[in-house]
Amino acid sequence: MAKQRKEVIVVGGGLAGLSAAMRLAENGCKVKIVSVTKVKRSHSVCAQGGINAALNLMGEQDSPFIHAYDTIKGGDFLANQPPILEMCMSAPGIIQMMDRFGCPFNRTPSGHLDVRRFGGTLYHRTVFCGASTGQQLLYTLDEQVRRHEVKGHVEKFENHEFLRLILDGDGRARGIIMMNLFNHKLEILRGDAVVVATGGPGLIFKKSTNSTFCTGAANARLYMQGMRYANGEFIQIHPSAIPGQDKLRLISESVRGEGGRIWVMGNASKSILAPNGQTIPCGETGKPWYFLEEMYPGYGNLVSRDVGAREILRVCELGLGVEGQMMVYLDATQLSEEQKHKLEAVLDIYEKFTGDNPRKVPMKIFPAVHYSMGGAWVDWPASDSSDRHQRFRQMTNLPGCFNCGESDYQYHGANRLGANSLLSCIFSGLVVGEEAPRYLDGLSSYGMSLPSSLFDEALQVEEEFKNSLLTRSGPENVYKLHEELSDVMVRNVTVKRNNQDLAKTIDTIKELRDRYQNISLDDKGMFANQTLQFAHQFGSMLELALVITKGALLRNEFRGSHFKPEFPERDDKHWLKTTLATYAPDEPQISYEPVDIRHLDPEKRDYTVAKKMKPTLKNIPERVELPL
Amino acid sequence: MSYPSYTLKILRGSPGKQYWEEFELPLRTGENVISGLMEIQKNPVNKKGEKVTPVVWEQGCLEEVCGSCSLLVNGYPRQACTALIENYIRETGKRVITLAPFTKFPLIRDLIVDRSRMFENLKKVHAWIDTEGSHETGFGPLIPQAKQEVMYSLSTCMTCGCCLEACPQVNAHSKFIGPAAVSQARLFNAHPTGKMQRHLRLRPLMEKGGISDCGHAQNCVEVCPKQIPLTDSIAAIGRDVTLQALKDLFSFQERD
Repeated sequence: MAKQRKEVIVVGGGLAGLSAAMRLAENGCKVKIVSVTKVKRSHSVCAQGGINAALNLMGEQDSPFIHAYDTIKGGDFLANQPPILEMCMSAPGIIQMMDRFGCPFNRTPSGHLDVRRFGGTLYHRTVFCGASTGQQLLYTLDEQVRRHEVKGHVEKFENHEFLRLILDGDGRARGIIMMNLFNHKLEILRGDAVVVATGGPGLIFKKSTNSTFCTGAANARLYMQGMRYANGEFIQIHPSAIPGQDKLRLISESVRGEGGRIWVMGNASKSILAPNGQTIPCGETGKPWYFLEEMYPGYGNLVSRDVGAREILRVCELGLGVEGQMMVYLDATQLSEEQKHKLEAVLDIYEKFTGDNPRKVPMKIFPAVHYSMGGAWVDWPASDSSDRHQRFRQMTNLPGCFNCGESDYQYHGANRLGANSLLSCIFSGLVVGEEAPRYLDGLSSYGMSLPSSLFDEALQVEEEFKNSLLTRSGPENVYKLHEELSDVMVRNVTVKRNNQDLAKTIDTIKELRDRYQNISLDDKGMFANQTLQFAHQFGSMLELALVITKGALLRNEFRGSHFKPEFPERDDKHWLKTTLATYAPDEPQISYEPVDIRHLDPEKRDYTVAKKMKPTLKNIPERVELPL
Repeated sequence: MSYPSYTLKILRGSPGKQYWEEFELPLRTGENVISGLMEIQKNPVNKKGEKVTPVVWEQGCLEEVCGSCSLLVNGYPRQACTALIENYIRETGKRVITLAPFTKFPLIRDLIVDRSRMFENLKKVHAWIDTEGSHETGFGPLIPQAKQEVMYSLSTCMTCGCCLEACPQVNAHSKFIGPAAVSQARLFNAHPTGKMQRHLRLRPLMEKGGISDCGHAQNCVEVCPKQIPLTDSIAAIGRDVTLQALKDLFSFQERD
C-alpha cells in the first residue's frame, strides 16, 4: 500500500519522552508531543546526582557487565535481566551522545568527563552536572527536540492532558483524547502509535520528592482501559529528604557520594541488631554514631537506598532521631571546598528552605517517597529470541501503545540504584524510537483511513465523564480526600508494611472511591479550572493506589523496597516473579509471571562487605543491536 | 492544633477583570507561598467568610529547578516555592503578603500567565548545538573546567521569566527579546561545536528587539533566582554582535 506518513503521539515530555521524540523524528516520523506543562519543566529536572555509565574513566577496570551486575543485584533480582544488560551496554554511548549535544558535564583538569561514586556500587561511574544533572540532561534533549520542531518534524501540544487511548476494533492504539488545560475543551489527536512517558505516581502519597505533575494518572487511565501494570508494590523511599509542608525536597545521594556522612547522637544504653546477626550498642553516649558506616563497613553511607531508608527508620524508632524526632543528620560540613562547590545546587536548596547553612551545620533529613520501580508492563524480546522481530520492545499489552521511562516497570526490579533512572529514561526512549517505526511499517491500515465514528465515540465517553464531574454535588472536597489517601498510603505502604494494615488500607481506598462519587467541585468554570483537572486525575489515582496496596498485601516476603517484618527473608522459591495487575471494577486482578534470570543466578544481596569482583554473566547473546 | 495566622492578598481574575482577594491562613512550620495556596484549595473561603473558587497558579518541582511557579511576591518577581512566609513576616514586620501574576506576559487566569514567547525566542536565537544526530559516535570536544563552570551556570536558566518581568525595556511598546535568550545565545556560542554556528545566533540579535534595545538597568541580574551573570552575557554578546556585523560587512562569502 501507499507509503503513509508515520504519525506518532508521545505523551510526556520528560527525559524519556524527549529521547523517544528525538529518535522518532530522526527515523522519519511526524511526532506530536502532548504534555501537561512546558516540556522543559518536566519532573526530570529534579534528578540531581548523576547518570551511570561504565566508561571506566578511573582505571578501575569497570565494565558494562559489572554495571549490569550491580543493577540486577541492586534490584534484588526481580528485574528481567536482558533489558538491563542492553541498557548498561548502551550507557557509554548515551553519555557520549549527550556530550556531543553540549550537556555541561563536570570536567577533570584535562577537560575530560569527571565521575563520582554513587550508592550500591564500588565503582566511580556516575557522570554529573553539578547537583542538577537531570535538569541539564533534560535541557539538552529539549534543545535537540526544539531543533526538530523548527524543521517541522515535531509538534508540541503543551498544557494538554492525556485522558484516553483510542483503540480500534482490533484493540490497536489509533490516537488519544486530550484535554486543553486552559479552556478544558476535549480534542482528538490521531496517531498510529502512542508512546506514554509520563513518569511516576508519587502524588498518590501527596508529599514525596516528586513534582506536582507526577500523579500517575496517565498510566492509571490506561490501566483502567486494560493496560497491565507490573510490580506496582515496589515504591522507592529515598533515604534523604528535607521535611516540608508542601513537599519533601530531595537531598541528593551525591552528598554521600562526595563523602557526606549520616549520623545520630550515640546512646550506649540502647542496642540494635546489626546485619551480621550481632546485637551492638548504639554507639558511644554523647558522641556521633555513624550507624551506616558501623553496620555496613563495605558500602558505608552508600548502601543501596532501600537499606539506607530502613536503617534510618530503625534508628529513629529507637528514639535516637535528632531531638527525638523522625530525623537524622546528614553531615557535609567536613567536605573540602571543592566538594562543596560540586554540591552547590543541592546545598543552596537546603539553605533556602531551612535557613540553615549546610556548609556549617549538619543537615536534618528523613526518608521520603521517591520513585516507582513498578509501572506499565512492557514487552522485551531478547536479542537472541527467535521471535525478536515479531514482537516489539517497550510495547504494552495494548498493541501500538508503548511505554518508557519511570512509567514502565522494566529496569529496576525491587529497588533502583541511584543515577540509573536518568539512564533508563534515555535508553528506553531511544528503544521506543526504533521499535515504534518498525511497528508502523508492519501495519496493514493507517488511522487516517479509519471512520471518524471510532474517534467520536471515545470523545463522547470523555465528554460524559467530564460533565459528570462538573455536576456532582455532594459534600466532599477532592483535595481533602487526597490528603486522606496520602495519609494512609504513607503510613501503611512505604518503608515497613504489614498485612493487617495493608488489608485495612484497601478498605480505606475503596471507601474513598465511594466518597469520590460525592464530591462537588469548588470551581465549575471552564477556564484554567485546576480543581476539575485534579478531580479527573484523582479517580484513576485511587485505582492505582489499589494496585500498589494489593500487590504489597499479597507479596509475603522481603525483597528490595518491599519490607514486611512478618516475612523477613527474600523467598525466591515462591516470590521470584513479576506482579501483574489487571483492572477490574472492584479491585485489581493479580497474576504473576516468571522473571527472566538468564544472565545471573540470584544470590544474597550483601552490602556489609566490599569486594570488587569480576562477575560472570551467562548467556550473553553473540549479536546485540544497541540503539547507539 | 491552632496556629498563628497570616494573610495572602492575591490579585485574581481574568484579563480586564482583575480584583484583590484576601485569605487568612494558618502559619505552620516551614510554610511557603505554595503550601498557603494548597491550603486555599482545600478550603476556598476568603477573609470575609465567602466561599469562592480556589486560586489557580502554576507549579511543578517546588524546589526551584523547573521555573513554573514564577509570580510577584510583594511586588518582586521570584519563584513562589522558595518564598517562605516566616521570612516575609520577619523582614516586613507585616502579616500580609501580596501575590500577583507577572505583568509582562499575557494573563491566563489568577496567577497564571502565558510565557510561550520565551520558548519561541529560544528558536529565534538558535539555542541548540547542531549535530548530525544521535547516531554519531564518540565524545564531544574537550572542555576546560573554567569554561564548563560558565556554561553550567548559563545552562541553569529555567526560562522562569523573572528577568523579563524586571526589565524596564521589556514592555508593550518594545520588541526587546530580553536577557534570558541573549544569555542562551552566549551559552551555545561558548561551546566549541556550537561556535561554528555563532552567526546564526548573533544575527537575530542585531535586529530590532535585539541586543541594542538593552537599557543597562541591571534589574535582570538582581532578580535572577539562579544568579546567572545576565549582564555579563549581554556585554559579551554585545561585543560579538559588533564583530559579527563587521565580518558580515567585509566577508560576503560567509553570508547565507
